[in-house]
Amino acid sequence: MTVLTVDRLSKSFPIKSGLLQRETGRVRAVQDVSFSIAHGETLALVGESGCGKTTVARCILRALPPTSGAIHFSPQPGTTIDLAPLSRKSLRPLRRHIQMIFQDPYASLNPRMMVGDIIAEPLLVAGVPATQRLARVRELLELVGLPPAARTRFPHAFSGGQRQRIGIARALALDPTLVVADEPVSALDVSVQAQIINLLLELQDRLGLSMLFVAHDLGVVRHVSDRVAVMYVGRIVEVAPTTSLYGRPRHPYTEALLAAVPKADPTLRDGAVVPRGEVADPANPPPGCAFHPRCPHAVDRCRVELPALREVAPGNFSACHRAEELRLAGVV
Amino acid sequence: MSVTATTTSEERFAQATQLQLTWWRFCRHRLALISLGVVAFFYLIVIFADFLAIADPHATDARRSFIPPQGISLFDDGAWRPHVSGLKGVRDPKTFKLAYAPDPTRKVPVQMFVHGYAYNLFGLIPTDLHLFGTEKGQAIDGIFLMGTDQLGRDLFSRLVVATRISLSIGLAGVAFSLMLGILLGGISGLYGGVVDTVIQRLIEVVRSIPTIPLWMGLAAALPNTWSVTQVYFAITLIISLVSWTELARVVRGRFLALREEDFVIAAELAGASQLRIILRHMLPSFASHVIAAVSLALPVMIVSETSLSFLGLGLRPPAISWGILLQDAQNVQVLAGAPWLLCAAIPVIIVILAFNFLGDGLRDAADPYG
Repeated sequence: MTVLTVDRLSKSFPIKSGLLQRETGRVRAVQDVSFSIAHGETLALVGESGCGKTTVARCILRALPPTSGAIHFSPQPGTTIDLAPLSRKSLRPLRRHIQMIFQDPYASLNPRMMVGDIIAEPLLVAGVPATQRLARVRELLELVGLPPAARTRFPHAFSGGQRQRIGIARALALDPTLVVADEPVSALDVSVQAQIINLLLELQDRLGLSMLFVAHDLGVVRHVSDRVAVMYVGRIVEVAPTTSLYGRPRHPYTEALLAAVPKADPTLRDGAVVPRGEVADPANPPPGCAFHPRCPHAVDRCRVELPALREVAPGNFSACHRAEELRLAGVV
Repeated sequence: MSVTATTTSEERFAQATQLQLTWWRFCRHRLALISLGVVAFFYLIVIFADFLAIADPHATDARRSFIPPQGISLFDDGAWRPHVSGLKGVRDPKTFKLAYAPDPTRKVPVQMFVHGYAYNLFGLIPTDLHLFGTEKGQAIDGIFLMGTDQLGRDLFSRLVVATRISLSIGLAGVAFSLMLGILLGGISGLYGGVVDTVIQRLIEVVRSIPTIPLWMGLAAALPNTWSVTQVYFAITLIISLVSWTELARVVRGRFLALREEDFVIAAELAGASQLRIILRHMLPSFASHVIAAVSLALPVMIVSETSLSFLGLGLRPPAISWGILLQDAQNVQVLAGAPWLLCAAIPVIIVILAFNFLGDGLRDAADPYG
């Protein structure tokens, strides 16, 4: 059963210039992105800065209006709603089913509110009575591993990892169906990262959450996700189950990302394929495959024809013309 | 991992509200703290102006013009008996000018809580009680802490009463420009787009108008049949017509910055209404910045009123304000004979400095999380 199906989602931002603010171009942040998330599944969305992964997340949350495409969401089994065309007002009753965990644990908590009030805000807005709110806040604090005394304190008294726990408690307050985690650990220390990831895994196990996990490197994602989608300049270039993507990538960009994951073993330092050049400009992407100027395997066809995302092996999708012939290096 | 509540001071910090954090940080700013005291002192004068005044600030008396400042002697023959020495007028044989010299034979006792001219305390309670003064006697048997002007009015009393208008015109002006600024700045920041562009260009136009000619034009347009109160309000409006732009910019900037804050987006994703987001999340976040901006706008207002009145464009006698008192010091010849008329500039300088230091301290403390 799928919880979320994103169908050919695109988002572009106008570039305006001059006194009259005339539109002189468009940044195609996200183009024709399609994927789905099953109940209880974690899909990781991975890519470099500026590849559009956060824009995808914000479109699904409808913090941004998509330019085109559909976002089919099932809050309960049997009902499916397209979130893309909904107005701000008609979105409000649906908000409780999709919640977000933010990247920056410092900016995402209102410093002027007590932790208990921060966690209770979604409950308050949803009209839960005060006594039940209090009980639920206690329950949530315990769930994320914070002492009950945290309720009456302000966020400034907590460390980054603890703040992230508060953010997770807030996201879980209304038992959401889908949680969108926008780089939830990239602002934390490595030691704390592991704790938060373990917490997320444990919660997902207990609560049967579906999760879209946005990240910029493949290192973190391996332990969390069931499947991984790799994005490059606004498009998905590869989607595959985690083990097969790590073991046998089917897109040269995935190979490059895997090579960039730091390894704990210095003897493994090999001639890693670091892509040449800069990330393409989404306002002016190169013709054909956007990765071709940096790709060591590029052929003439890559420079003219845009490769479609197609199933190259069961459950493995790749947007590379040479997906079948290339033998790309994964990690063990 | 758990939070361990160890000491009470830690717990106090953990549970401190924004107001407490701001205050703790403000207290570390020594100069701002002193300035807060100075400003509070001046506003106490505003409240009790008539009570502190010695002589009727409007009462003229030709027999006591240009009396130099005199001090109060606290002891007489080693006993606690505060007094001022009496004065006698002496004609200068060369210039035939009347000059005042202390008359050692007469001592005028200074008394506390004496009955003087009648006034309404807080504008409500009719009374004639004053903090200190002398019993009614000869016209020149008064206390002239800062001397008198050409018409024989006691400068100290006038200065005290002028404080009331000069400092309250700042408050009224800031209140008015705050309303305009929050309204237009808020609309500008909240809606953005065309509305924002129009308001921002309007602000630029207003700011580009040279203020003194604008004030001159507007002040000249005031009918001279208007009463002192009417002119007072008109001047307030004129001054705030320019100064709202600064506050509007602050408010707009905060709105734009906060709209993108994660915690505001989080509230929106929680399903909170627009009104709730503004009142619960955005307003508390920029209230402190607005207060700091206000405390920096106040001295500008006060200086504006003072300079307008000094130039004769603002309030006009019989109203008493710092600007009007300084108007008397415009004439160099008068000033050469009676330099104490410049006393009115001292409180202006002190208050402006205090407000600026206070505003600085508040601005630093405004965002205790930054």
